[in-house]
Amino acid sequence: MALPSYAGKLETTWYYVYRIICGMILFFLIAPIVVIIPLSFNAEPYFTFSKEMLAFDPAGFSTKWYQDFFSDRNWQGAVKNSFIIAIFSTMISVTLGTVAALGLSRSEMPYKTLVMGILISPMIVPLIISAAGMFFFYTEIGLASTHLGVILAHAALATPFVVITVTATLVGFDQSLTRAAATLGASPTTTFFRVIVPLILPGVISGGLFAFVTSFDEVVVVKFVGSYQQRTIPWAMFSGIREQISPTILAVATLLVIFSICLLTVVELLRRRNERQRGLSPA
Amino acid sequence: MNSSVKHSNPSVMVTADGVPLMVSLSRAKRKAKIRALLLVTPLFLFILVTFFIPIASMLLRSVDNEVVEETLSRTVPILQGWDQTGDTIPDETVFVALHQDFVDGYREKTIGSPGRRLNYEKPGFSSLFRKTARKAEKFEPPYQAAFIKADKKWGDINYWRVLKRESGPSTDSYYMTALDYGYNDIGERVAKADDQSIYVDLFGRTFWISFVITSICLVLAFPISYLLSILPAKSSNLLMILVLLPFWTSLLVRTSAWIALLQQQGVINDMLVWAGFLGDDNRLAMIHNQAGTIIAMVHVLLPFMVLPLYSVMKTIPQSYMRAARSLGANPFTAFVRVYLPGTIPGIGAGSILVFIISIGYYITPALVGGQSGTLISNFIAYHLQSSLNWGLAAALGAILLFAVFALYILYDKIVGIDNMKLG
Repeated sequence: MALPSYAGKLETTWYYVYRIICGMILFFLIAPIVVIIPLSFNAEPYFTFSKEMLAFDPAGFSTKWYQDFFSDRNWQGAVKNSFIIAIFSTMISVTLGTVAALGLSRSEMPYKTLVMGILISPMIVPLIISAAGMFFFYTEIGLASTHLGVILAHAALATPFVVITVTATLVGFDQSLTRAAATLGASPTTTFFRVIVPLILPGVISGGLFAFVTSFDEVVVVKFVGSYQQRTIPWAMFSGIREQISPTILAVATLLVIFSICLLTVVELLRRRNERQRGLSPA
Repeated sequence: MNSSVKHSNPSVMVTADGVPLMVSLSRAKRKAKIRALLLVTPLFLFILVTFFIPIASMLLRSVDNEVVEETLSRTVPILQGWDQTGDTIPDETVFVALHQDFVDGYREKTIGSPGRRLNYEKPGFSSLFRKTARKAEKFEPPYQAAFIKADKKWGDINYWRVLKRESGPSTDSYYMTALDYGYNDIGERVAKADDQSIYVDLFGRTFWISFVITSICLVLAFPISYLLSILPAKSSNLLMILVLLPFWTSLLVRTSAWIALLQQQGVINDMLVWAGFLGDDNRLAMIHNQAGTIIAMVHVLLPFMVLPLYSVMKTIPQSYMRAARSLGANPFTAFVRVYLPGTIPGIGAGSILVFIISIGYYITPALVGGQSGTLISNFIAYHLQSSLNWGLAAALGAILLFAVFALYILYDKIVGIDNMKLG
């Protein structure tokens, strides 16, 4: 928005002051994430810039924290666990969440708001309460300290994200398309895979990414339900920060930032594709 | 027969197979309803088993008191006949039953649990039970004297009053502790002295810190959401990345970044010292206190405020402001009287969302909160993992859950749960 031609002196000043304020707030948002990237190449075991780093002396930089991460069996085990748990819980939550979203967006669905409220409550209940409940119950039924237990727990926490994103994609979904497919002789299964799925796929994928990130980033529940054998990356970072602060954590953090940039890119591309498909934006 | 139906009432429309249209339609509708419900059922059952039953069973622990009745199964029924308002301890019959319970309990190694349970009510019970259990097998009648000889607390009427009070299958004592109430010697409910009350202050602090975080988030989110909503799509998409990247970045990454920035030997302190604003010996303490919790949590939760605000502001046409200006309003009046009221739904949605998330927050306060910056969640975790007072943890959790639930309903009233959007 350009400054209007009738703007007075005060308004002109405010126009620039406002932009500076916004710049500072956006800087506050992004700076902490950017600053850890150079810090992770620190040759000294500190969480701050050394004199050599500020002078751009090559001796101040090192990749030893990355080598440490890739050679440490604890970290590698955590990476493996994180991916196993996140992938399986995403599969469960995407399947259950998509099917439920299809039911929820039918106009015949009774008590829609109530059912929706119940289904997305795992997202609202504080994690410590979910974690405590699951800890007691999963111990009783023998699921505690198993990968399966953590996967089921994460799937429960992640389904709301799938339900919300898929339901959003289904807003404006033309139900007559399925009827058209049926009159043309398609079985319900064929209709589902050849008509419904292609249309809701962007929503399903971005819901799946949300689910994946929910599990991948979760630390409270996994700490209560799991044991050392289920130790994930956030867990390792959590205990790393509490016990022995080493810049390896910053190296891991940098890798995770790169990972989230990739995720964000995929989600944005999907969102735009979805908007284009539905003709919401001309771009 | 079909024709006779048609014939008898020609005004009722029927389908090809002769069923009245109304009946056929409602049958089809019922079928569609059941089909929709069937689609939701798998997830509903899954959430029920993996989520709701665990939480419900945890909440039951906040009133569960069966351990005393179960272990002291002979003593408890007889004890009901004892008058706790008098000033004599129970008579020999109770002690005979107690002796049998202790002998059995020691053999089955269950006698420790009621001791630990009662120790939350009155310190000393745990050691009393352990000490007595070791000796109980060798006791000779009269048992009253033998018990008191083993530990003189058995002759103290206050221990007996607590034992009788907590001998039922359920208890309200965890909730009383969670609300800083206790029992006095004669079993009346009284508020605890100020220096002993912890949890009401803690709830107050949790709500206060959440309120401060929500307010700061609102103040910071409003300008950038507005800017994002008025800029042309190309530049606003670019700036949006600066909001979305933190949103998608791991919480642990952001928390460790703030530790690197805020600690005493950290980046911000180093910069201030280098620039000469601070002496090397009086570096700011910005972490492991309330300030650390607030700064890091504002950063974590800011996107949750920006996104709903932005989506509401995007729907307000810019021509409104121009119209107000052309009608003679100065920029300030136009903003306050025309633009601001339109953003209220976004402010409500974002504020409740941020507030709900922050009152239940655990990770960030645990890592950067120190003593003064810890919230109720951290105390629940402490009672679950360290003090092992699970009943109290459950009671604190139930109160927190109640608060969150109330806010959730408020959120539904303002925004509508089915309008929730992500990213």
